[in-house]
Amino acid sequence: MQVQKTKHIEALTTNYAMAYAVKAVDVDVIAVYPITPQTTIVEKISEFVANGELNAELIHVESEHSALSAVVGAAATGARVFTATSSQGLELMHEVLHIAAGMRLPIVMAVPSRALSAPISIHGDYSDLMNARDTGWVIYIAASAQEAYDTVIQAFRLAESVSLPVMVSYDGFLMSHTVEPVELNDEEEVRKFLPRALRPYTLNPKRPVTMGPLASPDWYYEFKYQQVLALKEAYKVAKEVDSEYGRRFGRSYGVVETYRMEDADYAIVAYGGASYGNARAAADLARERGIAAGVVRVRLYRPFPTADVLKALDSVKAFAVVDRAIMFGSPAEGPLYKDIAAAMYMHGIDKPALGVIHGIGQRTIYVEDMYKIYTMLRENPRKEVVFMGVRV
Amino acid sequence: MTLPTATELPIGAVVTEPGSTRRNITAGWRALRPVIHDDRCVRCQLCWMYCPEGTIVELKGVFKVGNRTYDTKYEINYDYCKGCGICANECPTKAIEMVPE
Repeated sequence: MQVQKTKHIEALTTNYAMAYAVKAVDVDVIAVYPITPQTTIVEKISEFVANGELNAELIHVESEHSALSAVVGAAATGARVFTATSSQGLELMHEVLHIAAGMRLPIVMAVPSRALSAPISIHGDYSDLMNARDTGWVIYIAASAQEAYDTVIQAFRLAESVSLPVMVSYDGFLMSHTVEPVELNDEEEVRKFLPRALRPYTLNPKRPVTMGPLASPDWYYEFKYQQVLALKEAYKVAKEVDSEYGRRFGRSYGVVETYRMEDADYAIVAYGGASYGNARAAADLARERGIAAGVVRVRLYRPFPTADVLKALDSVKAFAVVDRAIMFGSPAEGPLYKDIAAAMYMHGIDKPALGVIHGIGQRTIYVEDMYKIYTMLRENPRKEVVFMGVRV
Repeated sequence: MTLPTATELPIGAVVTEPGSTRRNITAGWRALRPVIHDDRCVRCQLCWMYCPEGTIVELKGVFKVGNRTYDTKYEINYDYCKGCGICANECPTKAIEMVPE
């Protein structure tokens, strides 16, 4: 293991950090279609390609459906590929999301999350990502520009290890367009971390194969079950990749991150930068005011890190889950809340759990709101979904 | 026949044997069978061009039909013909008849 000698720190938006990671990874093919708030990722990549800093094929396509289809084709030939999208673009990609996962192609895609129409909103929430959560992709949700940069590099390693596509998501605007210091890795070291290996099946005239065939009822289910197994494997491999990345580059995050949870009675479970940051500030405030508060952040969302989440919440008296997406008509409208509720039910755990919907269409989540959640947990622990920050 | 399990199959439904589809005889899909009446066939090749499955076979040789001689003859590969009837529909001399199986 080599430790880097000098640090190279740049002030970057999370979008630009993604572009730097793509350059470090030495991606071969990028297919792009612009959509806010993703556009500046591929703008920066275009600049790298135009300047000769990244030797890649940059394909300008006519839609997001084509963008993902183009990288599906390129990945099938064995190329290392990347694309990025948000919101309506991710919706337009939807059928190809299932195809990429079913064909087991190691595609990496950035998703700075954004609300969905109608009404039109260019602002951030996780409605787009949550619609894509059960498509067979691995999904990370990063909480800082640095973590997003590191996660792209980890994502390629994971994708190529388990033959699954991976999304790296983060807050649209609140992260995609805000500048943070980002430590960039030595690119040679990144390439050592991501050695190029021949994949078992690629489109190669010398070894002809058929990809994406029709599977009759006698065959289809087995291939879907392979995906189930691959996602279970990805849970294990994601942890290994994160540990090895930590040893090589000095930064690792785990699949679930905790803050002041050692002796916490009350926890907020959240994802993404704004929710995590404000929850941590609220936990500090709550502790100053005598509430043993902590925060659990889900970083790996698919495969769902059940064991790690349950362990993190093992000793709390009550917890709340802050979701920035609405599952309309669901028994509990928060997607992460429902995952945790299902996980606890299956493990025979019964504790008060508050579902909180907030930050929809980038409605401001105040630290005071998060603090109020802790007081609600302490004063009236219950199982209920509440809609915070909305005028009713 | 025992089919392979999920862990025995190549991942992602990749078919590793080129041309293996030829083993998949699709004749069973057919409800109507096209029958060529060679005496009415004028060798225009339209059936051969229109067949979506390539199951019209063009034979080369010397073929006497009544008092005419042709250098081609058309037959149907019934292993793969699915009985769609496009050939019968396109035939300008109504030389192809769709007969119930």
